[in-house]
Amino acid sequence: MPWLPILIAVPAVGALGVSLLPKGSDKLAKQLTLAVSLVVLALTIAMATQFSAGSKERFQFAQTYDWIPAFGVHFGVGVDGIALVLIALSVILVPIVVLASWHDTDASPDGHAEARPKRSTKTYFALILALEAMMIGVFAATDVFLFYVFFEAMLIPMYFMIGSYGGPQRSYAAVKFLLYSLFGGLLMLVAVIATYVFQAVPQGGEKSFLFTELIGRIQDPATQKWLFLGFFIAFAVKAPLVPFHTWLPDAAAQAPAGAAVLLVGVLDKVGTYGMLRFCLELFPDAAKFFTPLVLVLSVVGIVYGAIVAIGQTDMKRLIAYTSISHFGFIALGVFAMTSDGGAGATLYMVNHGFSTGALFLIVGMLIWRRGSQFISDYGGVQKIAPLLAGAFLIAGLSGLALPGLSSFVSEFLVLIGSYTVYPVYAIIATLGVILAAIYILWMYQRTMNGPTAESVKGMADLNIREKWVVAPLLVLIIGLGFYPKPLLDVINPAVKQTLSTVGVSDPAPKVPAAAEQKGAGQ
Amino acid sequence: MTSLLAAAPAAEIAQASGGVLGLSWLMIALPLAGAAILLVGGRRTNSFGHLLGTAMSLASFVVAVLAFFELLGRTAEQRRVGVELFDFIPAGQLDVKMGLLIDPLSISFALLITGVGSLIHIYSIGYMSHDPDRRRFFSYLNLFVAAMLLLVLADNYVGLYIGWEGVGLASYLLIGFWQFKPSAAVAAKKAFIVNRVGDFGLAIGIFTLFATFGTVAYGPIFEHADKASTGILTAVGLLLLLGACGKSAQLPLQSWLLDAMEGPTPVSALIHAATMVTAGVYLITRSNPIFDGAPTAQLAVAIVGAATLLAGAIIGCAKDDIKKALAGSTMSQIGYMMLAAGLGPAGYAIAIAHLITHGFFKAGMFLGAGSVMHAMNDDVNMRKYGGLRKVMPITFITFGLGYLAIIGFPGFAGYFTKDLIIEAAFGQEGVRGYLLGGAALLGAAITAFYMSRLMFMTFFGEKRWDKDAHPHESPPVMTWPLILLAIGSVGGGAFLVLGDRFIHFLEPVVGKPENHHGFNPVAPVGLITLVLVAAGVALAWVMYGRRPVPVEAPRGSFLTVFARRDLYGDAINESLLMRPGQWLTRFAVFFDNRGVDGLVNGLAAGVGGTSGRLRRLQTGFARSYALSMFFGAAIVAGALLLVGNL
Repeated sequence: MPWLPILIAVPAVGALGVSLLPKGSDKLAKQLTLAVSLVVLALTIAMATQFSAGSKERFQFAQTYDWIPAFGVHFGVGVDGIALVLIALSVILVPIVVLASWHDTDASPDGHAEARPKRSTKTYFALILALEAMMIGVFAATDVFLFYVFFEAMLIPMYFMIGSYGGPQRSYAAVKFLLYSLFGGLLMLVAVIATYVFQAVPQGGEKSFLFTELIGRIQDPATQKWLFLGFFIAFAVKAPLVPFHTWLPDAAAQAPAGAAVLLVGVLDKVGTYGMLRFCLELFPDAAKFFTPLVLVLSVVGIVYGAIVAIGQTDMKRLIAYTSISHFGFIALGVFAMTSDGGAGATLYMVNHGFSTGALFLIVGMLIWRRGSQFISDYGGVQKIAPLLAGAFLIAGLSGLALPGLSSFVSEFLVLIGSYTVYPVYAIIATLGVILAAIYILWMYQRTMNGPTAESVKGMADLNIREKWVVAPLLVLIIGLGFYPKPLLDVINPAVKQTLSTVGVSDPAPKVPAAAEQKGAGQ
Repeated sequence: MTSLLAAAPAAEIAQASGGVLGLSWLMIALPLAGAAILLVGGRRTNSFGHLLGTAMSLASFVVAVLAFFELLGRTAEQRRVGVELFDFIPAGQLDVKMGLLIDPLSISFALLITGVGSLIHIYSIGYMSHDPDRRRFFSYLNLFVAAMLLLVLADNYVGLYIGWEGVGLASYLLIGFWQFKPSAAVAAKKAFIVNRVGDFGLAIGIFTLFATFGTVAYGPIFEHADKASTGILTAVGLLLLLGACGKSAQLPLQSWLLDAMEGPTPVSALIHAATMVTAGVYLITRSNPIFDGAPTAQLAVAIVGAATLLAGAIIGCAKDDIKKALAGSTMSQIGYMMLAAGLGPAGYAIAIAHLITHGFFKAGMFLGAGSVMHAMNDDVNMRKYGGLRKVMPITFITFGLGYLAIIGFPGFAGYFTKDLIIEAAFGQEGVRGYLLGGAALLGAAITAFYMSRLMFMTFFGEKRWDKDAHPHESPPVMTWPLILLAIGSVGGGAFLVLGDRFIHFLEPVVGKPENHHGFNPVAPVGLITLVLVAAGVALAWVMYGRRPVPVEAPRGSFLTVFARRDLYGDAINESLLMRPGQWLTRFAVFFDNRGVDGLVNGLAAGVGGTSGRLRRLQTGFARSYALSMFFGAAIVAGALLLVGNL
């Protein structure tokens, strides 16, 4: 069964269908979008049950069709464990975002600081589905050119979601987002073409864009370095890493909450995913050469992002900066090039999507009620809306990587995996653990604790729809915090495969005690 | 010979097969389930939440007692039992298997946590009866008990770390339980953040252990600890000590504990006196094979303990807030335990013995203070107490027994456990012995002073009550826990220490102490201690017993102000960390908005010619984007055609 083409086609067709609905059928558009996204989720679950973690194949459910045979371009899709969990992240977040965005295209309710007119509902929801198709495509692509096409195409729906449905500064934010992304995309385009051109074709082979064939074909050290930089900068803008990050706070703050979730939760992960998949495997020597640089960017990002987050007055900007800090952790894990760091980074991408997604959505609910993104406009919400406050706290605690919640496992793996090879960087990164406690708890204290502010009196607690938005995320956050094994079992072989392509192995412990443990247990 | 024996834990870890020990995970699961039911059930569980919470804690206690007896039924060599639970983090090299380690050390803690914890649950039924959020309070208490049990029962450092931060969360939630009070919210946040500084050390200590041994499990690490270099062991020891300082409010991470008194008083008794704050002592005792190979780290532990026992005692002398006086005392008493733990095999068992007796008498006194506050309209100012012994006889007597225990009155609990610490400190070689022992001895005198001051100000002398205060004895649901804890305060020390009962019990974990001769009631050190304690009591009598206590606090000498302001701990934090931190944050935000973003915007504008161009781009850009996409595609196609022909 061609699982992946179907997974891409269903939301794409759904997007078309929703956009063709007659005017005035807003409710139907929403229901149809929700239904399509749930079908995609069900299909993904069905596909995941067929996935075999122990398989020897590089990619499973692989389908390769010729696209532009003259240039070796294929419509090639397939997944390994890394791609699978990221597709799972995407298709889980979409229905939640759809439900959360139910009223985001309505006119803003009375009493809001900024009055917004009603906007086209079916377009917005069609854009979500179109984006979903591209998100699945970008993670499933096994052809570098196809990856590039999805990578760029994803910009379009997101540009409209920010630019037409966002906050007061939406057009500034949307253009900034687009310009940064185009800049990165252009670099990658050049690198993609150059990769094709400079590949060393073995006897009897042909030039190709297929990932598996490109591995090992770029051998000249200087070429590797240039191509690495082309890809890496594109991904560093996307992820984003400091100093390419300033578009993100604007984009995330202006985007509707749901779009911000997809932007930060999934789209940005394409950057870190790209580093792990393409930068490491296609250009292993260059990756090793540039590792010190990337590590510096990562730890600077971790600490700098967290410090700037502490100083924010706008909740959505604050969360955006925490994400910049978190992307530093992910890049650190990727470039530590150890099995623990790689597994941690991959798991981090998933967990960050859930916990930051929950934070954005809950903050979105607050903003929907009060009409302000500013921390100072809130206070004492806990007393009035305890469920909302409780959900906010759990999502926040996951953001600060509290043990027992999902982010802890990934952050711990990243740190321990990088400590074994780069202790100094890992120690600096661990400072982020302290800073995270400050930015989350200070925001929580100022918005939720203390005497109830006049402005939040009469605020309603979570309604049924909102409970359905929050509950699955919290269940995932807590569940994966105590039992991350199902995800790790899928991720581990893929990370091992990646590292063996790169040609690195984990450092041996100085006093190996673990090996003897099994013997001594008898 | 003895020191060799002491260095290595005597017994290997056997796997549990059935029996209560195999079910010991229930100790954690039951209170965790209680917390989950009460939190998810919400208001629907309001009517029975306090009963369910208490029942879960008691059930956990029953499991602990059964496990304890099953352990006693084994020979000493077989008293370390592992319980495998599940595969927690199976990654590449790191493979964390979650399991429990039931041994004399962990079961002692489990009994203390669930025993004292259950008494405090029962007490809270009465204490919190008028609070509309009582159900939530009990859910947090249950969460705490579960996390604390995971901390002490886990068989690996990651499990310990989860419990470690879990109790930090419970502490955060409970300090800030009355979160509508800004002071409570701030105190809760401060506690969490200061603890995270300690956790930073603990985390890096765990990373180092993993990098060295390739595992985080206790068994293999301790078995091979002697093969690691002294440098690594010292580094790990110091990092673990940093973690311990955070959790146990030792210098220099002590400042959060006094603020933590914002929490409801049962919380102060359970978390901030009897159990959670002693986790640092547990960590060091548990890691004894590491510290035994790192004498420098051991000395650091002892010095931190000695310094904190004096600092806490000095703070305790100047506080008029009854809870803060007791909090200073807690710092000080944990300082004693740290000091003992820093003495190595000579001190581990004594540290834990004092930890247990302290758990009884300090929890009892905190609950007694709660009973007093309950009677005095939640006033905590001892200057407005006085003469309460007549109206609250049960509270007075139980508090008084705790008082006799903490000052080390002969026969009471602290007499046995604290004297052993002082004696062991003097037993160290050379100057070190005199300095550590001298600090412990001086601390005993100061303890006698500030505790007597507290007794006189609260229960003796003139009534200095507010006009609307009508003190009365607390209901039985509150006084029964006081009575039971008082029994422990009286007999706990003798039970543990006489005949070296507890020292032998812990031997499979921490080894045999060197040069230990059992408890000697007429040792010279003990007699000097008694004299100094008597002097401390006498001085307090002169200052606060004989003379009337002024309702308004006098200005006080430099030393008094120094102690009142917590030895300027907060002032130091403020000027060294918070202010610079705020400036750094502000600068970073400014830099990010103007510097990084400005540079990039400027570059973009420069490329585009003028900054106006950028602004014009914002309108109608979407349409031109489609066009640029088209051109982009055309360029790609062209390039491919070109190179394809090459």
